Amino acid sequence: MRKRLTKEQRDTLRTWLFLAPSLLGVLVFFVAPFGVVIWYSLVNNPVQHVPVGLANYFRVARNEAYRLAVWNTIRFSLTAVPLSVLLSLLAAILMEAALPWKSFFRSCLLSPLMVPVASVVLIWQVLFHYNGLVNAVLGVHIDWLKSEHAQIVIVLLFIWKNLGYNMILFMAALASIPRDLIEVSQIEGAGRFTVFFRIKLRYLSATILFVTIMSLLNSFKVFRETYLMTGEYPYDSLYLLQHFMNNTFLALDYQKLSAAAVMMSAVIILLVGILFIAEDRFGRDIED
Amino acid sequence: MKTYADIRALAGRRKRLGRKAVAGLMAAFLLLLSIGFLLPVIFTFTNSFMSASEISANYGAVFATTRTGGRVFIGRTVMLKFIPDIVTFSQYATVLFKSPAYLFKFWNSVLYTVPIVILQLAVASLASYGFARKRTKVKEIIFFSYIILMLMPYQVTLVPNFLVSRALHLVNTHWAIWLPGIFSPFAVFLLTKFMRRIPSGVLEAARIDGAGEWQIFSLIALPLSKGGLASIAILIFIDYWNMVEQPIVLLEDEEMHPLSVFLSRINGGEISLAFAVAVIYMILPLLIFLYGEEYLVEGITYQGGIKG
Repeated sequence: MRKRLTKEQRDTLRTWLFLAPSLLGVLVFFVAPFGVVIWYSLVNNPVQHVPVGLANYFRVARNEAYRLAVWNTIRFSLTAVPLSVLLSLLAAILMEAALPWKSFFRSCLLSPLMVPVASVVLIWQVLFHYNGLVNAVLGVHIDWLKSEHAQIVIVLLFIWKNLGYNMILFMAALASIPRDLIEVSQIEGAGRFTVFFRIKLRYLSATILFVTIMSLLNSFKVFRETYLMTGEYPYDSLYLLQHFMNNTFLALDYQKLSAAAVMMSAVIILLVGILFIAEDRFGRDIED
Repeated sequence: MKTYADIRALAGRRKRLGRKAVAGLMAAFLLLLSIGFLLPVIFTFTNSFMSASEISANYGAVFATTRTGGRVFIGRTVMLKFIPDIVTFSQYATVLFKSPAYLFKFWNSVLYTVPIVILQLAVASLASYGFARKRTKVKEIIFFSYIILMLMPYQVTLVPNFLVSRALHLVNTHWAIWLPGIFSPFAVFLLTKFMRRIPSGVLEAARIDGAGEWQIFSLIALPLSKGGLASIAILIFIDYWNMVEQPIVLLEDEEMHPLSVFLSRINGGEISLAFAVAVIYMILPLLIFLYGEEYLVEGITYQGGIKG
């Protein structure tokens, strides 16, 4: 005999019905296959399934191409992320002042977010070509995209693309600082710098961390720009993790690929964890 | 003789003048930065009105070298020209009427993006109502894993994505792009944050008045999240309009590629068309930007801080 559900249980069931389509999709398209990937990373090949422990991980870690890709990715992130965070914070602070044409500036700085990368790649290539405008203006002879300087171009592209997004986040954070707090401190005789470093920066700290980590995660996605600019086989210094993944993928080496993916996801989970703990901390700090 | 008041007034005027100068400097800096940010778009736009011969004269060297790998030395600088010698619509005419390949790829982009935007929003609005209503420990844990999934770069999702597509025989079909897009956790995350802002009193009042769960969702929660839906739609749209990684992995057939990928493969012969195609490709997102900038800004603001 079918038991009648209590009101409480029916209620819970209903909520889960709302969640069901999404949960099912996420399970099938993201979680389950990721389980398979973890399993693949621990066996010798997709046919025999003999467990080999961490052998695949060591094989990836020793791989020259993988090391190059990791190194390039780290190098890129370490330059692009601090630069873009600082610049966008600066832009947000400038935008806070009473300036003319503020909404025009905001639109301009935000617009690259909406411009498809594929559309501007041509201009970017023309600018940084050996015979291009940048060399002519600077009076140097560098083949930007095929030299050790290639990363500079991508860093600029990254900043161009992301500055507006970060700036909006900072502007929102600046706007949420209680006005009376600043007014009181000014009456007490605090100068601009004191107000900025002692009050604003404290309120901004959570946002700075958030923007930094989001930028870090976005910096892993710069493959898109690199691929559109330089194709499948870029200069060595632009060989990024996603290139390694694609090439390993074409070579059908799923074991290596899976091990690399698992390592990468561990890094991401670590970063998100830091973000969460920090958000908890800072959040409480400000409310106190 | 100057009185104390005079001196104070003078000092005040100086201070105000100084402030004005600083503001002017800041505005000038922002203006320069803004122009710099707009330049790539402006150049693409003006260059699209050049004749084929002008384009190949200006940039032939660039694209001859980037595609073949060898370096071709020519005597003069590749000029980035701002204003075309002769303004012509011939490139647009060629793209629109004589080269169906581009329009076809443009259509592909529409075909991938539009269903993903609509259906991801549909799935997400249900789920985010579920998440926002009654927060329990289990739900919080699931929501946390959604955030982690959302933040995974494609390096990580590439293999899982391909494995599912292969298992379900979707490789090289539109579904390989559609399905993971539709169930992407991104919209769920953001919309949940919007829905949690709805005062629970509003929903409670409806419940007391006898509204069913579905009615509360569709007649109250959803209309109240309209702004959120619009801003998320813009963010999803731009992400998939820009899509590069998925097609090159999941679609072997280049005929099925979206314009974003195809545009980067324009070879030497058709360089003259590239700028016109680039403009056609960015017109739609830019129009959306012009009309929806406020929504975009709101959407971004809501992303600040990961927890709801």
